Amino acid sequence: MITEFVNQIHGAYFGFLGEWPTLAMLGWNLLKILVLTVPLILSVAMFTYWERKVIGWMQVRLGPVYIGKGLLQPFADVFKLLFKEIIIPAEANPWLFRLAPILALAPAFAAWAVIPFDWQTRIANLNAGLLYLLAMTSLGVYGIILAGWASNSKYAFLGAMRSAAQVVSYEISMGLCLVGVLIAAGSLNLTEIVAAQQGNLGMFEWFMWPLLPLFVIYFISGVAETNRAPFDVAEGESEIVAGFHVEYAGAAFSLFFLAEYANMILISFLAALLFMGGWLSPFQGLGIPLLSADGWWWLFAKAFFFAFLFLWFRATFPRYRYDQIMRLGWKVFIPLCIFWVFVTGVMAYAGTFVAGA
Amino acid sequence: MDLSQYLPVLMFLGVATILGVVLLSVGSILGPGRPDAEKLAPYECGFEAFEDARMKFDVRYYLMAILFIVFDLEIAFIFPWALVFRDLGLFGLIEMGLFVGMLFLGFIYVWKKGALEWE
Repeated sequence: MITEFVNQIHGAYFGFLGEWPTLAMLGWNLLKILVLTVPLILSVAMFTYWERKVIGWMQVRLGPVYIGKGLLQPFADVFKLLFKEIIIPAEANPWLFRLAPILALAPAFAAWAVIPFDWQTRIANLNAGLLYLLAMTSLGVYGIILAGWASNSKYAFLGAMRSAAQVVSYEISMGLCLVGVLIAAGSLNLTEIVAAQQGNLGMFEWFMWPLLPLFVIYFISGVAETNRAPFDVAEGESEIVAGFHVEYAGAAFSLFFLAEYANMILISFLAALLFMGGWLSPFQGLGIPLLSADGWWWLFAKAFFFAFLFLWFRATFPRYRYDQIMRLGWKVFIPLCIFWVFVTGVMAYAGTFVAGA
Repeated sequence: MDLSQYLPVLMFLGVATILGVVLLSVGSILGPGRPDAEKLAPYECGFEAFEDARMKFDVRYYLMAILFIVFDLEIAFIFPWALVFRDLGLFGLIEMGLFVGMLFLGFIYVWKKGALEWE
């Protein structure tokens, strides 16, 4: 039904602009991008509301309740931030200082271009989708380190150094986890990776079972990559105030905020797509009416679960010490990843990952 | 290879950049601009800033960066291998085992040398 509706709009649109095919194509792509970007920004807003609500409940508080019963709180925050002065410190490098938040935001949003939502729905069907994602998630660190350096403030500088070393360390284990998925699926295309998890055994066809250690490491690395609790030493309120964005105020700060939350949702979607079968039903192939149908709602439910885990971690775990973070990344995750990638290779050689087996 | 799929990606990068620029501009238009010397000073919890913030920092951050390059290159090498792994068969598995094994020896060396220690 939705597909028909979209096809109708598509037909009417190209009928209207049929004389300028290039322009029509560019406009259609722009429309697709906006249809993804606007809900993404809204979900970031609602995610902040959900975060405060969940952490409130976990600490036996209510969380936001006043503005529109709490639901309008994130919008109130946005407007407050927009109406605040953007302070550019006298010692700072003014143009790099302005560039840094944009550099953090752009890759966090652009990475969404290759995320598929079901068999047809996506903005770009890249055959190198996973490589593109690895590149985009790596680019985010430039925004952080540039922010720390351009601020010319000690807290910001320390936060940026810590954050850069941490993100870079966990990126290795993250990349190795992706290699595991790659061996199992035999493709860099995200739609084909999901297709490789199809079968008749329901959720036991998903990559999370043969790649269980990689799955766990992937998500923990994702938490570390986005500088979230318990790995949030880059911000570390209790020691370096707010880390790399200590000098940022108003809208400039909101860009970092937007980037961080967009990245969290991205990691949640990726964990669902790569390891938990994306939009495939957990009861696929079992022939249960309704429950066995695949669809975007499964992907969103799984992504919501991972997004909730981010908040749950934050409410549960105390902050790691920096040397513990580095030890976990280098001395535990990397050897374990390399070992399990090798095991995955042996499994693939032995024929574990034949589609539908 | 279908290069036309890369156009929306490029456009998305553009839209994301424009989004950032627009938000920053809206913020600087709507927000007040009343700078003063105290407000523009680097934040140090109320202290007067007493030296430049771009100071010497721990050499281990450099070490991390160098080690990162080595391992990230390794991943970049493994990616194409993993893609064609099924066609290569046992030969591919042994070859990559050797390659990663040698890198792992280097990793053990780094570990024993104490480059990964943070105390």
